[in-house]
Amino acid sequence: MIRKIAIIIITTIALTTNVSAASDGELLLKKNEPAEVKDCFEKLNRATFAFNNALDGIIFKPVASVYKVLPSPVRTGVSNSLDNLSSLVTIPNNVLQGDFSKAGVNTGRFLINTTIGLLGLIDVATYLGLEEYEKEDYGQSLAKHGVGPGCYIVLPVLGPSTARDTVATTLNFLGGDPWYNVTVKNDTQYVSHEDYYTSKVTGGVDFRAKNYNSIENLKKNSVDFYASVKSLYLQDRQQKILNSKKIISTQDDSDWEEIEN
Amino acid sequence: MKKHKFVLIILIYFLGLLNVNSTEPDVFVQSTVNRASKILSNDISKEQKIEELKQIAKDTVDISGIGFYTLGSARKSLDDTQKKQYAVLFEKYFLKSFSSRLAEYTNPEIDVFGKEKLNEKYTIVNSLLKATDQRPEVKIDWRIYTKNPENPLIRDLIIEGLSLARTQKEEFASILNSNSGDINILFKTLEEFSKN
Repeated sequence: MIRKIAIIIITTIALTTNVSAASDGELLLKKNEPAEVKDCFEKLNRATFAFNNALDGIIFKPVASVYKVLPSPVRTGVSNSLDNLSSLVTIPNNVLQGDFSKAGVNTGRFLINTTIGLLGLIDVATYLGLEEYEKEDYGQSLAKHGVGPGCYIVLPVLGPSTARDTVATTLNFLGGDPWYNVTVKNDTQYVSHEDYYTSKVTGGVDFRAKNYNSIENLKKNSVDFYASVKSLYLQDRQQKILNSKKIISTQDDSDWEEIEN
Repeated sequence: MKKHKFVLIILIYFLGLLNVNSTEPDVFVQSTVNRASKILSNDISKEQKIEELKQIAKDTVDISGIGFYTLGSARKSLDDTQKKQYAVLFEKYFLKSFSSRLAEYTNPEIDVFGKEKLNEKYTIVNSLLKATDQRPEVKIDWRIYTKNPENPLIRDLIIEGLSLARTQKEEFASILNSNSGDINILFKTLEEFSKN
């Protein structure tokens, strides 16, 4: 049933979002330009955002404040393990994006870190000189193949997303995430669904702890916190899709040229 | 021949003068960062730090330019009185927001490591905020307005690829969109933020 719904959603979005092969970075940039992403459900999004914010205050913030005072090697180990697990989604997406050399490197990283690196706790691969790890997901792959972001959406608990990225996330539960497959789908005697959900919650706490001060600072100094988070999320997605942190490659900055002094 | 030599000497002299007076954007950023770091690591009260950081911002940031950038297309429909009113309100808002964000850091170590000239008006300077026990290393790029090379000014901070000016611009656009483009609501919001 879920599979059918997902297929219907994917087909609908594919038909309504002007799918075309994005031939170059310029087209990708234009299509995913943060300012162009429509907030079609703003009222609902703001309500969900307020709910998430309250949840953050009750659960994530207090847990993250304890987590961030743990010894640095412990936090680094947890972070490394989470990265190692996420490479199971990154590798198929490297292939989907035609980046076979990165798929090879990330497979090597996963094998080394899972074995010598004690289930990913130690990033031995980077120490051995393998290229630094960059996450890829199904949303980025769809974007690379020309699917536009659609409307901006705030998901309960999970936070900011877009129509495209929400659909892409469901692919993880339809066989696209090997970690989900072995834990939740084919509950084995070694790992169970609890391991999957624990890893996801730990990922949320790890993210919150890493950005603890930045988030608090942003909350305190924003005149519209919702709009700030939306802008930062969409800018971040844009650079992940384009695999670049260079502002001039990821954003249309022509507006600056009009500002004279 | 003599005339040529004379012209050449004059030219070299003026080029020399230009070099002396112009400030390289990367040198400018490093010296600004050093000034701020010194204040942040000083054993003075948070309020004193905020006041001194505000002075650095006034000297080195193009507050007015950022203000009009963040207004987006709305800047085109303001009359002169509104422009003046906005410039005053934005400066107060910016200084409060900027200094209170920075004052949270203690002894930040930033190393400038590169620059990229975009055109005559803009150079992007690259730097790294060193990691501490509490946070990972952070990449910070600075958009420097170099129209007047003798007096470069900061126009944007791009943290890990995320532009602060762009975020601010979209925040203001959201306020305007939610209030049928009424600029007075934005003015009121800025005023209230600065008062609190």
